[in-house]
Amino acid sequence: MTHADRPSLRSGIRLQWEAVQNSYVLLYPEGMVKLNTSASEILRRCDGVRSVDEIVADLEATFQRAGLHDDVMHFLELATAQGWIGATQS
Amino acid sequence: MSTAHPYLPDASSSVGPPLWLLLELTYRCPLQCVFCYNPVDFASVENELTTQEWLRVLQESRALGSVQLGLSGGEPLVRDDVEEITAEAHRLGYYTNLITSGVGLSRERLTELKRAGLDHIQLSFQDSTREMNDFLSHTRTFELKRRCAEWIKSSGYQMVLNCVIHRLNIDHLETIIDMAARMGADYLELANTQYYSWAHLNREHLLPSRAQLERAEQTMRQWRERLKGKMRIFFVVPDYYEQRPKRCANGWGTTLMTVAPDGTALPCHTAKMLPGLSFPNVREHGMRDIWFDSEGFNRFRGQGWMKEPCASCEERDKDLGGCRCQAYLLAHDAGATDPVCAKSPHHHVVLAAVERAQQPRAPEAPLVFRRKESSRALAQRPLPTR
Repeated sequence: MTHADRPSLRSGIRLQWEAVQNSYVLLYPEGMVKLNTSASEILRRCDGVRSVDEIVADLEATFQRAGLHDDVMHFLELATAQGWIGATQS
Repeated sequence: MSTAHPYLPDASSSVGPPLWLLLELTYRCPLQCVFCYNPVDFASVENELTTQEWLRVLQESRALGSVQLGLSGGEPLVRDDVEEITAEAHRLGYYTNLITSGVGLSRERLTELKRAGLDHIQLSFQDSTREMNDFLSHTRTFELKRRCAEWIKSSGYQMVLNCVIHRLNIDHLETIIDMAARMGADYLELANTQYYSWAHLNREHLLPSRAQLERAEQTMRQWRERLKGKMRIFFVVPDYYEQRPKRCANGWGTTLMTVAPDGTALPCHTAKMLPGLSFPNVREHGMRDIWFDSEGFNRFRGQGWMKEPCASCEERDKDLGGCRCQAYLLAHDAGATDPVCAKSPHHHVVLAAVERAQQPRAPEAPLVFRRKESSRALAQRPLPTR
């Protein structure tokens, strides 16, 4: 994953708000993970349109915190390894 | 960014939602697999729920928090309303998984299911060759399954193949994995048969030897390495070769709710075999009452029901005493420790079965295929006694 990549959820993976669980969950074939706030805020922005840099900038602006780059990158690598997201290269 | 956890469990209730809803739409199935986990007396179940009744189950369970949906059977595609059920499930926000042998699927039907919002298909094979697949399922279905795999792939679905593993096909693991890789599968599930229902009847034919299992694990590891990044392989060892039991459906009444074809709601798809327990029917009760208040769902919830050696065992939180059906089948007591556990006073029953499996032998009793005629005969047989 590089700064210019535009990550998106892979086919068959769905991000969804679950009121009963009061959280976002990631649904995939025969499984589900309940996401914490950070993970869901990042994944909600993985729309295949925004680049990694734009996602980081958006998160920093929304939550008024600087220096999120490394955390976001770390999570995106993890999510890629899990097969949740793929990167569209620019 | 908020670091608070806004989703701590509700202190007023320790019972979470039935996140997994499994609808066994029918026990009808063109296949006659010798390891089927449907009840051996499936043929006496005839009054399947109607489409409208299934839709009501979907609506009420979704309100409870169910989100992963399995459409299974039998062969679910023998019903002509799977499309309608899928469409409603999709509308309600379920992630829909169709678990099928492929019999009843066509390119047109797959297009229709996809349009209805089907998220995922799991396709089963019985072996890697036409001869063995067709022998184990007692049907000529191998070529059809191959075509189904192509349709699934070309429709843009991730392809998950499932092959139940046992003594009669475990030595073909190499060709089974090779077949899956050639078909372009994304995931291959190689789940060893667990011994319930028809597989329990046929256990002497199906339980692999230790040497077979070790060879299989070695083969699987080599292929896992070779196919890294292309295909994931899951391999599940038979419980009989473990020292500790597995949780019963992730914990009785914690996660899974199964609805049998006649509307019986169950904490797992084999629980109906347990004597002295009444399970509610969705025709008579709402899903909320069933999940939270019924005797059947509460009987083995938590740990209050446990006896020794479970009651004082330091591992009881981890495995919750293991599988209730296995306890019943092997110790004739649904409240006993799962005899798979080396601490169980009935563990010798498992060891004896494993010991017999090391002998090269042909069991005297014939293989029993999952046929209506056999099922009717088995329904007459007395319950096992202590």
